Amino acid sequence: MSTGSNVPGALPLLQARGLNKRYGRVTALDNADFDLYPGEILAVIGDNGAGKSSLIRALSGALVPDSGEIKLAGKTVAFRSPLDAQAAGIETVYQTLALSPSLSIADNMFLGRELRRAGPLGTICRMLDRKAMQRIAREKLTELGLMTVQSINQRVETLSGGQRQGVAVARAAAFGSRVVIMDEPTAALGVKESRRVLELILDVRRRGVSVVLISHNMPHVFEIADRIHIHRLGRRLTVIDPKAYTMSDAVAFMTGARAPIEVAAASA
Amino acid sequence: MTDIGSSRPAAQAFELVLDKGESRVAEFEVRARSPLQKLQHFLHANPTAVPAIVLLLSVAAFGFTVGSRFLSMFNLSLIIQQVTIIGVIGAAQTLIVITAGIDLSVGAIMVLCSVIMGKLAVTVGLPAPIALVVGVAAGAGCGVLNGTLVTRLKLPPFIVTLGTWSIFFALNLWYSASETIRSQEVAKIAPLLQALGTPVNVLGARFTYGSFFMVGLVALIWFVLNRTAFGRHLYAVGDDPDAARLSGIRTDRILFSVYVIAGVICALGAWALIGRIGSISPQAGQTANLDSITAVVVGGASLFGGRGSIIGTLIGALIVGVFRNGLALSDVDVLWQEFAVGWLIIIAVALDQWIRKVSA
Repeated sequence: MSTGSNVPGALPLLQARGLNKRYGRVTALDNADFDLYPGEILAVIGDNGAGKSSLIRALSGALVPDSGEIKLAGKTVAFRSPLDAQAAGIETVYQTLALSPSLSIADNMFLGRELRRAGPLGTICRMLDRKAMQRIAREKLTELGLMTVQSINQRVETLSGGQRQGVAVARAAAFGSRVVIMDEPTAALGVKESRRVLELILDVRRRGVSVVLISHNMPHVFEIADRIHIHRLGRRLTVIDPKAYTMSDAVAFMTGARAPIEVAAASA
Repeated sequence: MTDIGSSRPAAQAFELVLDKGESRVAEFEVRARSPLQKLQHFLHANPTAVPAIVLLLSVAAFGFTVGSRFLSMFNLSLIIQQVTIIGVIGAAQTLIVITAGIDLSVGAIMVLCSVIMGKLAVTVGLPAPIALVVGVAAGAGCGVLNGTLVTRLKLPPFIVTLGTWSIFFALNLWYSASETIRSQEVAKIAPLLQALGTPVNVLGARFTYGSFFMVGLVALIWFVLNRTAFGRHLYAVGDDPDAARLSGIRTDRILFSVYVIAGVICALGAWALIGRIGSISPQAGQTANLDSITAVVVGGASLFGGRGSIIGTLIGALIVGVFRNGLALSDVDVLWQEFAVGWLIIIAVALDQWIRKVSA
C-alpha cells in the first residue's frame, strides 16, 4: 500500500530540531523534533493538548517558535508568516479551513495570490485576471473530482461542509509544490466524504508532494500513512511504522499508557 | 490501564461496515421552496436588489402622492445634488464597514479638512491648489491616526473613531476660531475651492460638478472592490480575519490602508462640501457621520463585515434623499422626516438579518 519512501539516510524534505514555544506558563512545544521525507505521508497523532497544532503552525508559518531550527530541503528557513511558507511550497489545510464565506470559490482558491491581467491593465490598474483564475480553479477542482458544484462563482457560504473541505484541499493541492499539511481534514466529514479526502491525499502523494496528516482517526491514519509521528507533552515521543504496530500500541504510546521500546528502529 | 486500545477494535469494525454501506457521496435534498423562500434566496444572491427595489418603490410612491412637483427633472436632479455629500462620505464608510469596522470620525475629518483648505487659501493666502493638496494630506493624516490606533494598539474601531471624532472636531473649532468664512470671500480669493458647486444644466435637470465627482468616485471604488486583489482582500478581512491571515493576507496592512483611504475620501468630500454650501463653516456637515452609516446600512451592507457594495451605498444615499425631499414636498414637518429615516434604518437591518438566515 505504501510506496516505502521512508528510506533512512535519505535527506528529509522538511526537518525541525528543538522547537520551543511558551505561552506564559504553558509550554506548547518542548524541544520538538520533526522529520518529513520526500514523497511520503506522515501522520501526526497525539492526545488533545499534546502540541500537534503548535507544531503544525510552526511548520506552516502561522506561529513563530521561541527557539529551534526548521530546514527545508537542507536549508534553514525562518517563516515569519504563512506567506513565507506558501512561497516555499508549503500549503496548509487548517481545521477551520481558512476560507472566506462571502467570496466565491475561485476568489477563495486564489486568495492572497491573485493573478493580474497582462499589460498596463494589470500593472497600472492592478486589474485581476478573473477569467484565468476561474479557469484554473475549475481545472483544479475537476482534476480532484470535486467539480460537483454548479458554478465556480458560487459563494463558499452556499456550499456544504464537504464541498468547503474540498475547496480548501483543492487550494492546498493546487499550490503546494513540496508539502501539503492537513489538520484534521476528515473530522467534520461524513464517512463517504472522508473516503474521498483520503483518496485526495493519496493523489497528492502520487504527484510527488509530501503530506503531513494530523488526525484522531486511527483507522484512517493506519490505512494511508507511511510513518506515524507520535506527539506527547509538546515533543516527538517516537515515530512508528504502521505495519509493525497496532492501533492499540499507538494509542497506548500517545496516552502514555506504555512507553515505546525502540525509538530508533521504528523508522527503519 | 495497560492497553487502552483493547476497546478499539469494535470501533474499527463499526467503521468498516459503514464504509461498505453507503455508496453515494452526498445527496442534496431538492426541497420545494415556498415563494417566500425563493424571494429570500434571490435577495441573498443579489444584495443590491433590496435597496434598488426600495428606491423604485419610494420614487413611485412619492410620484403618485406628490405628483409632478416631485417627478420633475429639476427636482430629481436636485435630490442627486442633495445626496452628493452623503454619497462621498458614505463611500468612505462603505470601505470601512466591509472590513467589519465603523468610522464615526468621517464627518469631523471632512469639516476639519474644509476649514484647513479655507483658512490656508483665504486667510493665509496660499494658492488654492496648494491649500487643496494640504487639505487632502490632512485627511490622510487623520486616517493614519485612526489606522494606527486600530492596527497597532488593537483598539475597537468604534472606540478609536469615537475618540478621534472629538479630537478632530476640537482641532476644527480651534483652527477656525469658530468663525465662518463667507461664500463671497471664498469666491473672490479661491474660486477653485467652490469648483465642485459649478452647475451644469442638461434638459431641464440641474447637476453640479460635485454630482459627477460622486458618480466617478463610486465607479472607481466599484472597480477597486470588484476587480482588484485589494478589494477582494477587504471582503476577506471583514468576513473572517483569521482565515484571511492564514491565506497569506497582511490583514493589518489592509486595515491601516483602508482608514487612510477613507481619510482621503473625506477630504475630497470637504471639497465637495465647500462647493455645495459655498461658505466654509466649522459647524457644517454635522449630520454626515450618522447619515453615512444610514446610507451604508440602507444600501444593504452588513455591520458585521464581509458584505456590502458601493452601488448599494449610492442607492442607500438616494433612498434617504428621496424620503427627505418627498416628505418635504408633501409639507411634512422635518421631525417626521427624521422619524421616517429612523424606521428605514431599522427595517433595513431587520431585512439583512432575515436574508442572512438563508445560508443556515
